[in-house]
Amino acid sequence: MLLTIILSILALSGLGIILGLAIGFVSKFFGVATDPKVDLVLELLPGVNCGGCSRPGCADFARALVAGEASPEQCPVSSQEAVTQIAQLLGMTVGDLEKKVAVVLCGGDIHQTKVKTLYNGVNDCISAMQIAGGPKSCAYGCLGMSSCARACPFGAIEMINGLAVVHNELCVGCGVCVDTCPRDLIKLVPAEAKVHIYCSSPEKAAVKMKVCNVPCIACRKCVKSGEEGQFEIKGFRVEVNYDNFPGEDIVEKSGCPKNCLLTTAQHLEIERNADKEENAV
Amino acid sequence: MNKDLKIVSFKGGVHPPKDGKILSKKNAIQTAPLLERYQVIVSQNIGAPPAPVVKAGDEVKKGQLIAEAAGFVSVPLHAPTSGKIEGLIDIPGPMGVPAQAIAILADGKDEWAELAPPIDWRGADAETLKKRILECGIVGMGGAAFPSHVKLSPPPDKKIDYMIINGAECEPYLTADHRVMLEEPEKVLAGAAILGRAAGVKNVVIAVEINKVDAINAMMEKAAEFGVGIVGMKVQYPQGAEKQLIYAVTRRKVPTGALPADVGCIVQNAGTAAAVADAVRSGIPLIERVTTITGEPVVTPGNWRLRLGTPISAALTFCGGVKYEPSKLILGGPMMGFAQRSIEVTVMKNTSGILLLKKSEITQYESNPCIRCGRCIKACPMNLQPTVLSQLTEAGKFEETLKYNVMDCIECGACAFTCPAQIPLVQHIRRAKAEIRNRSKKR
Amino acid sequence: MSEQTTSRIMLPKGEELVLSPSPHIHDNETIQSIMLKVVLAMLPAIAAAIWFFGTNALLVIVWCVTFCLLLEVFWCQMAGKPVSVIKDGSALVTGLLLALNLPPVTPWWICLLGAMLGIWLGKQVFGGLGQNPFNPVAVARVGLMIALPRQLTYWTPSNNMTPDLSGYSNTFFTVPDFAKLSQTGEIFDGLTCATPLSIMQTTPKILDSSAEAANNFAAIANPEAYWQYFTGNMGGCLGETSALAIILGGIILLMFKLIRWQVPVFYLGTVAVFTGLVHMTWPGVTPAPLFHLLTGGLMLAAFFMATDMVTSPITPRGAAIFAIGLGIMTCVIRIWGGFPEGVSFSILMMNALVPLIDRMAKLKPFGFKKTPVAKGV
Repeated sequence: MLLTIILSILALSGLGIILGLAIGFVSKFFGVATDPKVDLVLELLPGVNCGGCSRPGCADFARALVAGEASPEQCPVSSQEAVTQIAQLLGMTVGDLEKKVAVVLCGGDIHQTKVKTLYNGVNDCISAMQIAGGPKSCAYGCLGMSSCARACPFGAIEMINGLAVVHNELCVGCGVCVDTCPRDLIKLVPAEAKVHIYCSSPEKAAVKMKVCNVPCIACRKCVKSGEEGQFEIKGFRVEVNYDNFPGEDIVEKSGCPKNCLLTTAQHLEIERNADKEENAV
Repeated sequence: MNKDLKIVSFKGGVHPPKDGKILSKKNAIQTAPLLERYQVIVSQNIGAPPAPVVKAGDEVKKGQLIAEAAGFVSVPLHAPTSGKIEGLIDIPGPMGVPAQAIAILADGKDEWAELAPPIDWRGADAETLKKRILECGIVGMGGAAFPSHVKLSPPPDKKIDYMIINGAECEPYLTADHRVMLEEPEKVLAGAAILGRAAGVKNVVIAVEINKVDAINAMMEKAAEFGVGIVGMKVQYPQGAEKQLIYAVTRRKVPTGALPADVGCIVQNAGTAAAVADAVRSGIPLIERVTTITGEPVVTPGNWRLRLGTPISAALTFCGGVKYEPSKLILGGPMMGFAQRSIEVTVMKNTSGILLLKKSEITQYESNPCIRCGRCIKACPMNLQPTVLSQLTEAGKFEETLKYNVMDCIECGACAFTCPAQIPLVQHIRRAKAEIRNRSKKR
Repeated sequence: MSEQTTSRIMLPKGEELVLSPSPHIHDNETIQSIMLKVVLAMLPAIAAAIWFFGTNALLVIVWCVTFCLLLEVFWCQMAGKPVSVIKDGSALVTGLLLALNLPPVTPWWICLLGAMLGIWLGKQVFGGLGQNPFNPVAVARVGLMIALPRQLTYWTPSNNMTPDLSGYSNTFFTVPDFAKLSQTGEIFDGLTCATPLSIMQTTPKILDSSAEAANNFAAIANPEAYWQYFTGNMGGCLGETSALAIILGGIILLMFKLIRWQVPVFYLGTVAVFTGLVHMTWPGVTPAPLFHLLTGGLMLAAFFMATDMVTSPITPRGAAIFAIGLGIMTCVIRIWGGFPEGVSFSILMMNALVPLIDRMAKLKPFGFKKTPVAKGV
């Protein structure tokens, strides 16, 4: 009995020693030498592999950083603190970072923009675009098939009433959605900018009014009530100048007749309420 | 059936049992009455859209240049009738996005502009012919609208020895090419011979599916006169797809990612050949084309000679309108055509058909699971695995689809036609291609 | 999750113009119509089962189909899936095929157990039709075989078989002493018999090549016996017995192009070649190939089970590899394994390899060349 116990203990520990030696041998002779800095940098990176730096993942970005092929600011997700730490580690200097968030510049949910045609096909914006430009009557508005919401690695985009809405508190500004949207409605803007004009259609006002209840008709009320240079007129629409954006009080001051100049909070609330009403019915 | 007709085919494909050609194949080509207004879409060819050379208020004659070619892969555009230019406007385009169009108010006189002099093609050299083909705005009229003169000018290191005129018209419902070959065999043959001469090719073959025996017989009578051969093809979709057609006629396989010129072939459509004959022999530019207007809901389906810029709504009134509301409006055939949402889209150089379908005829795509029956694989003329491609696309693995050769897909639709689970396979594959193109653009 | 899967394809709701991708027409073949054609192809085998085993067989079929349909509905309700999936007919096919894989006097509760294994464990836990890696019927059969080996090998003779103490069918009976039984007043409700394969299994193997070895299987492998096997006059599962009926069904399947011809051809071919080689080398170890082809579940498996679209490779070349693997595994289990029949086991094992085979047997596109030609001009 005792012999059996001793034997098995010996056998197992012998096995352990042999395997341990083997592993040690392999790691010694076949191991790939890595720069310890890469691991340190990787630890400081967010590790979500969102692709916002246009590299496949954080590990690859870390390698590029150490090799000097990239700069820590290219990571849109990292906080200022982390970026500074990485820069110190690599002996670089970085400027101040501006936090950016995405915004979907369209207010045309299913109540505001008419759905013109019935659509039968894959529930995906890129696919829908390929068939006569999708079912919505506005050829420039949000298609509402949640391609961006699915692409967002942080779950920051919510589909409400068939309209993509970005939650600022979740958005880190990686820009994946910007590349996904086939209609180029999503923009990266400074997180401090709270007021947006929710329309991207370059059509004439008359055309827009036919298909949508909340288009920007370029009446320029906002331009007049704001300070010089806070808005840019782009053809038949007005856009907020994100280098010199207006404060939240502009919404009340200008009194946008089409309700497309809104703060992010107001925009979210409007969509939420419409959603609730629909569910109540 | 002619005994010395060689009958060839490719492997795979599908055969729609009810191909709908019966609706319009007995109806002779009719010429559409003159409308009051035409809206000619500027971008009618693959490549660079031509640049308009007229402005609002200009008087134009029928056949006068209204937009000139902008670049090598681009062709000019001509006025479909005489009248006054109303201006450049935006109209619903065939792809859903608004398209720029030149609106012309007809003056009712329908006067011809001074046309280019006829060319004696038998004596002309290749460059003269190619120049004329370009000047008359000729593009592939089968669907792709690829400028013909570009196809006729392959890189010098490619030895071309085959000119194939595509008279397959394998799309169900469409009969436009059939009627052209039957009613104007001489024109098609002459056009074929001219195209052969322009490309410097001795072997000119017109390939026709054998469900068009009357057209084959009509062309057979005069074929020898023009030195053009005629080949019959099995009735199988997509017999008229470029690579499949080349394989059927010459047994050469166009390598993946290569062009027909790489195996020494040029393919042109039968309708294009007729247009080329007109352009070279009479100097008439491409301003009208034969289009099949068909479908169960149409009162009298038929084949019409429509001018460019004719709105679909007007074209439908020529046919007596519709019996009941259709469920789908398609430009092109039912297999590869594009669903439209507006009847204000206008006829273009590549509009081979205007098709209305009723509810019971259309494919209803659903979210059924793939049961791996393999019918799509059997049907695929390119020997791909559509179901694998669609599953990878749904999972977002676009890089992986490249390993399954997604870029070789010709989007013929044979797979989705035969899929028992009604999976929109073609749409998935198109998405994968679009995503891959986007990604490679970014790099 | 369920919301996402159901909204993947958007459906039109009204009568207006529809936007949808090309192609715009369809050949009207649906999953349902395919399944119904499979059922049609199974009819000869079902008819043969009822012909040979009478009402017992009918009862088993009714039980299996009912349970499969009910359990499918039950699962869909529990999982919050639309119950309408029952219309696709896959549960019906599973039920019928399960019945054909059970012995004629199977009690109802075994049918229920089999249906549970097949529909739930075999199919629904993986996400339903199209998602299951293993053939549901093979899962059920193997599960039952391991759990209840006695009940699953309780073979009754077909209607035409009686222990007549002479000729072919006597081989399969352990003849009781009728005289003694009637004296003691004992009556019996039914007879059981052995299947050809179980006799083969219990026959001691002779490894030399003596005359004795050559005659080792003479009792079960002779021309008269072959004819009986072919028509179906032997003990066995409902659907296994009549090779004739199954081949008829197989022809229907091939006519409708529902199965890849490579599967039955290569499966049966491999079994014939493999057993042929073994038989030639050691005649005392296994009977001639024809015996193997006609007995057991091989025919049924080759035409109806291994060809299951969901669980077999999708490319023609893959199907051939799959079928050859099946053939070898079946033979190995039959000749050297512990079970008399290896068909279901081999199907399960090869099912597991299907993703790998699919990857291996990837199709080459039209015009494929090893060194791709430089693109365009």
